Amino acid sequence: MLPTPSTSHVAFERIYEPAEDSYLLLDTLSSENEKLFLQNRFRAASHSPSPLVLEVGTGSGVVLSFLNAHSEVILGRPDVLTIGIDVNKFACKATEQTVIVAQQELTAQNLSHGFYVGNVLGDLTSSLKAGEVDILVFNPPYVPSPELPSLPLGEDSTQTSFEDDSRLLALSYAGGVDGMETTERLLASLPEILSQQRGCAYILLCAQNKPDKVKDGIKRWGAGWAVETVGTSGKTGGWEKLQIVRVWRTDVK
Amino acid sequence: MKVLTLNFLTCAVKACKSTSTSFPLHPKDCELVSDTIEPNALLILNILPRIDWNALITTASELGFPTLPALPPTRDELESNEKMMSELHTLLLETQISEGSLVCGNCGHEYKIKEGIANFLLPNHLV
Ligand SMILES: C[S@@+](CC[C@H](N)C(=O)[O-])C[C@H]1O[C@@H](n2cnc3c(N)ncnc32)[C@H](O)[C@@H]1O
Repeated sequence: MLPTPSTSHVAFERIYEPAEDSYLLLDTLSSENEKLFLQNRFRAASHSPSPLVLEVGTGSGVVLSFLNAHSEVILGRPDVLTIGIDVNKFACKATEQTVIVAQQELTAQNLSHGFYVGNVLGDLTSSLKAGEVDILVFNPPYVPSPELPSLPLGEDSTQTSFEDDSRLLALSYAGGVDGMETTERLLASLPEILSQQRGCAYILLCAQNKPDKVKDGIKRWGAGWAVETVGTSGKTGGWEKLQIVRVWRTDVK
Repeated sequence: MKVLTLNFLTCAVKACKSTSTSFPLHPKDCELVSDTIEPNALLILNILPRIDWNALITTASELGFPTLPALPPTRDELESNEKMMSELHTLLLETQISEGSLVCGNCGHEYKIKEGIANFLLPNHLV
């Protein structure tokens, strides 16, 4: 088990607190199966360019910080670039801190870590240039809800009221119809955002997202794409049974 | 955020994506801070092939860094050119933008940067 980054500095009244879904992502990304997949794809053989890892919806930063801290163990190379995006500015700040705290601990122990370029406040991948992302990770707002909370508009209050906080928290879990409204938009952006050569994505789904239907939809993207469930929370069988699907380009040179 | 981030960002307005002037975004009134980072030649050598060099030339000159050569160095050239290596180290790894804004060359929209976080959330009329 690789150590989980500390998030003790994070204000959980307005930022998603790491939960079963977050830990399933950590376990899956560091599983033998995924290490093998990622290392085959990204190992520094013949000076391949440094991979760019993007986490969308970083929240506390626990997942991105984990990938950044353990890039050498997971990807087989330390020269990995990491970047985070969240629609919640407090989550962006918290992520930065979570990543930096973990980096400092590693540096003090003379251990390697990836290179974190920063966090951006934004809606999904809308601020990114096409074709740059090699590994995208998304633990979305996936709980079905009557409506999707509106996104902040970049207005400038630093003071937050209780209502602002609860809207930010709602944005972290409420997913609209089937819990899929935000995830659908993210999936639709993958062909543009993921790098032509090596792009792959890890996306968390819950049972109510109708994962089989989601996977069938991706299979219809046609040749050059594959999708597979690579991690499950299995044991509970409750209404929030979770799984991680890996979506990847198969025409890797 | 690190200066390197500008090599991955573009205007969030849909209509700008297809225009060549929306990338790179142009830093405006930016405050820079510098982290001290241990030399990491491997990282620079492996970032080099994925960098949009022309965009980096623009970014470097707009932020007031020494002018970069018109063509990117090859891996061998960079390995044996200490001065170039250290300039890229400073520009790509050590320099952060803490305050200021990024301006789209197509629509002119300004994305504010506060405490190192660039805000790409669009106002209603641009969504
Ligand atoms: C379920 S939480 C996951 C947080 C963290 N990654 C984890 O695993 O613990 C979902 C995150 O997505 C963010 N989010 C929701 N809608 C978003 C959007 N349209 N663009 C970017 N981030 C979004 C929320 O603010 C929240 O931080």
